[in-house]
Parts: sequence; structure tokens; C-alpha cells
Amino acid sequence: MCMDISKIDNIIDKHNAEQSSLIQILLDIQSEHNWLPKQALDRVGERLDVPMSRIQHITTFYKAFSQVPKGRHQIHVCMGTACHVRGAQRVLDTISDAIGIKAGETDAELKFSLETVNCLGCCALGPVMVIDGEYHGNVAPAQSAEVLKNYE
Amino acid sequence: MSEIVLQIDGKEVKAQEGMTIVEAANTVGIHIPTLCHHEKLEPYGACRICTVEAESNGRKTLVAGCLYPVENGMVVQTSTEKLYAIRKVLVEQMMAHAPDAPQLIELAKEYGADKDRFDKDPSFCILCGLCVRYCAEVKQKHAIGYMDRGPRREISFIPEVAAKECWDCKECFPLCPTSALQAAYVLTEALLPAQPEEEGGCSCSASGCCGG
Repeated sequence: MCMDISKIDNIIDKHNAEQSSLIQILLDIQSEHNWLPKQALDRVGERLDVPMSRIQHITTFYKAFSQVPKGRHQIHVCMGTACHVRGAQRVLDTISDAIGIKAGETDAELKFSLETVNCLGCCALGPVMVIDGEYHGNVAPAQSAEVLKNYE
Repeated sequence: MSEIVLQIDGKEVKAQEGMTIVEAANTVGIHIPTLCHHEKLEPYGACRICTVEAESNGRKTLVAGCLYPVENGMVVQTSTEKLYAIRKVLVEQMMAHAPDAPQLIELAKEYGADKDRFDKDPSFCILCGLCVRYCAEVKQKHAIGYMDRGPRREISFIPEVAAKECWDCKECFPLCPTSALQAAYVLTEALLPAQPEEEGGCSCSASGCCGG
């Protein structure tokens, strides 16, 4: 799997290959590829003259970064207290069953990645799940799997 | 550099501006325990075992002696009951990770710490950062770094760098207070090619990405 190094170079050039832009560059690569391939990190380290240990430190620190491929659609199921008492666990289980992966995993077709979050700040809508930034509030467990059918 | 006069455990101490409390105490033979401190490295303040009471401008605060710069007229206490209690808990917490580390056993004896007080979490690493900082600051090889965060934070070698740099260096090994570092290296060795890599070889050849 040889990825396009020139794309990575474009992103690095956009930030003038500045060391202080390291996180911004990594974020751009993450949103471009949906994950951070090893070759991309090697290239960033080389161009910015930043040691790999620091890049790994940062990419493992922030949840926004992934060093394994992520699905095309990100599902976040809120497990906060308000959502929890309104059945968030059953929503999660239903989705988990529907796409066949557990929280924190990505399916084999790279269609969905499933994550839990601890609060989305809209407890009145609970149970809440967010798919690609779109909020689905008051989802009944039975409905939640239906929602997924709208995503390709 | 202007001279600063302060008091440590009742002794008058003359120090230079920019010195830390630990450095100033050492000049008059007062010992402040440290774990993550190393004279060749920048102060880091990870272990907090060097916590002392520092009083300046009428305010008494707890500070990390290895980090805190001396101030004129400062009054420092290095061995009060309160500090002993703090260090005891710190040692107990670290011993939940590394109960057999010689330095910790010694400190435990001094402060009466119980190594079994907290549930064991056998990471064997107390995250003092000596290896990470030594490799970065002194050797400038960056072969080892921190991964993850919070309770899952751990030291980890970068296999590609470790393959080239570590086999004839290993200067960080004696620095480790718990031997967790040696264990981490042994685990990394399992990932390394048997010989140091040949010049010019593609580092991604292991994953078969471009055929070397």
C-alpha cells in the first residue's frame, strides 16, 4: 500500500514545514486520510525535523488521531449519566449488533467506526448519538439501527 | 550573577540566582531525596519526592525542590512531619507499580511507607522520565518516548530508531530506578531485525509497502 507522499508534502508545505504546526499538520493528514499512516508520520518527521518519539507521543495523546484506519462514518454514542439512564447502553448494543463491531473498533469494510463519548452536552436530547457530526437525539434503541441505513 | 541568601533547615545558605532549592541544599550538605533528578538533565519535577516547604514573603507553600528557584530571604524546611507524610504516600503510590525497586525500598524504610497500601498495577515504571529525557537531551537520539496518556501513559522505544542507536549505547539502563526500561527494551528487541539495518534500506520494507 503506497500512499501518495506528494499529498502529504502539500499539507506540510501549506504549513511552511514549521515545527510549531506539527499538530495542525497531523490533524490535516488525519482528516484527509481518516487516519495517520506510518509513512505519512515518517515523512512529517523528516520534513519538520521532529523526532518520531515526539510524533508518537502526540498522536497517542490526542483522541483526534488514529494510527489505524478509521471508517468513512464516525459514530459516537453518548454514555453520559443522563443518556445512560435513558438507555444509552441498549442503543450502543443495538448499533454494535447491527454493524458487528464493539466500541472503539472499525468494521472490515471501513464503513463505520464506533466510539463512546462521556457527554455531548445536550443531555435533554438523551440518549444521543452523533454520526459524522450530525446529532440524533431521543433515539429509541430499535430506531438507532435504522438511522445507520442512511449512510453508505 | 547576584548572590542570594536563604535559609535551609535553619542553615544560612549562599546561592546563585537561578539555582534550584535542591542544588542550593547540596552545597551545604543537606540531602533532599530525589528520584527523577539527574544533574545532566533539565529539571523535570515528575516524582515530587523532593517536595519541600518554602516560605517567602510570609507565604508558606509546598514546592518541588528540584524545580523551584531559590529566592532571597526564603526559608526552606526539608524534613518536617508534613513532608514525611507526603513523601510516604508518594512512595506508596510508586510502589504499587514497582514494589521491588531498590531506591523505593530505601525511601520506604525512611518514611515508613507500606508497599502494599495501594492495589498493585505492575507496570514497573514510575514514569520518572530519566530514560526519555536522557535519550533526548544528552544523546539526542530520541529512541524512547512516552505513549498514550493519563493512567495508560507508558514508555516505549521507537523500534526503527532503537534498531540503529540502542545496541551499543544503553546508557539509559543504569538510570532506571525500577528496571522497567530494560524490560521495555527486551520487548522492543523482539521487533528488531537481528543486525543493525544496512544503509540505504527502506525503513518501510518490513510492511512490504514499496519492496524496499
